[in-house]
Amino acid sequence: MSPHSDILSVFRNALNGGGLPPDLVLGAADEAARRLAVYQNNVAHSLIEALAARFPVIRRLVGSDFFAALARCYIEADGPRSPVLAEWGESFAEFLSTFPPLASYPYMADVARIEFARGRAFHAADALPIDPAWFSAQDPWSARLDLHPSVHVLRLEHPAVSIWERNQPGGEQVTLPAGGEIALILRDRSFDVPVRAISPGDAALIEALREGDSLGSAAGRARSAEPDHDPRDILIHLMRQGALITPEQT
Amino acid sequence: MSHLPAAAGVGFKPEHFTAIRSDGGKIGFFEVHAENYMGAGGLPHAQLSALRADHAISIHGVGLSIGGAEGLDANHLARLRSLCDRYEPESFSEHLAWSSHGADYLNALLPLPYTEETLATVVAHVDEVQNALARRILLENPSTYLLFAQSTIPEVEFLGEVARRTGCGLLLDVNNVQVSAVNHRTDPQRYIAAFPLHLVGEIHLGGHAEEALPSGPLLIDAHGTPVADPVWDLYSQVIRQAGPLPTLVEWDNDVPDWPTLAAEAARAEAILRQEADRLVAA
Repeated sequence: MSPHSDILSVFRNALNGGGLPPDLVLGAADEAARRLAVYQNNVAHSLIEALAARFPVIRRLVGSDFFAALARCYIEADGPRSPVLAEWGESFAEFLSTFPPLASYPYMADVARIEFARGRAFHAADALPIDPAWFSAQDPWSARLDLHPSVHVLRLEHPAVSIWERNQPGGEQVTLPAGGEIALILRDRSFDVPVRAISPGDAALIEALREGDSLGSAAGRARSAEPDHDPRDILIHLMRQGALITPEQT
Repeated sequence: MSHLPAAAGVGFKPEHFTAIRSDGGKIGFFEVHAENYMGAGGLPHAQLSALRADHAISIHGVGLSIGGAEGLDANHLARLRSLCDRYEPESFSEHLAWSSHGADYLNALLPLPYTEETLATVVAHVDEVQNALARRILLENPSTYLLFAQSTIPEVEFLGEVARRTGCGLLLDVNNVQVSAVNHRTDPQRYIAAFPLHLVGEIHLGGHAEEALPSGPLLIDAHGTPVADPVWDLYSQVIRQAGPLPTLVEWDNDVPDWPTLAAEAARAEAILRQEADRLVAA
């Protein structure tokens, strides 16, 4: 270890509350602690805000003060390793599901899964949506098409889509459905990332397309999951949102 | 490679995009934080591509940890290279600070002691960045709240020596000069007088907050308010000495509406024009 590395280690420890050794910095000890606190606040505040930017509904659900304390625990457990903070938080849902103070709120983890997937969808690669003429240019049922990289399907144990919706600005206090929901998350043509509850047949169809099935085969798998499933509504929805692309792009 | 214009620019905020598209013609350049544009696609790149088409761009890194004791993050360096290749910015800059130690990224610009050892490390890091990006970078003077007892080299000398050994340029943050000088009870004029102004490729201006310590004020580099009057005075002095330089107004927290931010840039632009006119008349 070099002196440089040693000094940074001591400083890092001081940021975590380990105290400043008297010979490390200039000036009186009581003032040095106040000065160190500026750095401590910068680190804590910036990381808490970065996490809140990824998980705004979790903060709304638990309140700002609780969220700050929760974020400090999460930073301790699995803080960022890279300067790209938009990619931090993959383990946050799992962390929430095992965080004792939230044991009575099992749906929190599912809400966090939605929020993390929204972040990934927001930053996902670009891809050109198929032209509606594509459907008339060939037999669509035997052709392959692909999904926009922003498309995520999440099978959730709790009605987290409804919880997410009612915690949006202007969200209505709808009655929560019993049981789980399946979330469809994608980035639309105006770069918004809406969240929508879809049926088991819709989900099976999307997952089949992702695995490379033809549209006909995907529709068949949708009917296996949901006997009277009609693929048209979900396909029209995906196409309007720009979520169907030609396979060559991926 | 072209340079930033000797005009006033602003830090780009996505919420200002629409206003900029109708009113941004008077802005000399836009600066973005590199780490906010490392996703694959979507809105950030759509906006930055549109800005790039009409304006000079500065990419400002906040996470490379050039002042750290460990090797640079090769993956992050490669992502910076991709970003620079994609946008071909007129300038890339980073900080004389560290933000990673061990595995953790701390998301703050932390201070380092100024010694022969840290000088050699920073020089090696700047060399590595300039090689990886295949371009000259600017290194920014920090705002600090503490001074290390181990430091043996004044900050201005340290920065000048990094520039001499690596060929990098410097980014002079005038607000940081004021913040550090007030915090350490030194004279900001003397810092500026000693600063190698001929190496400055860009100036930063931003707002600070103020707290009180028993020994006097403690200024915090908060970027959440207008630029303070003593910083404007210091800036005018720098421009009189160095001539017009690309000047960025940073406002990262409690971001104001576009007209308020544009007015801050206009104030810097007026100082730049006054100096340009004086030089023409002389």
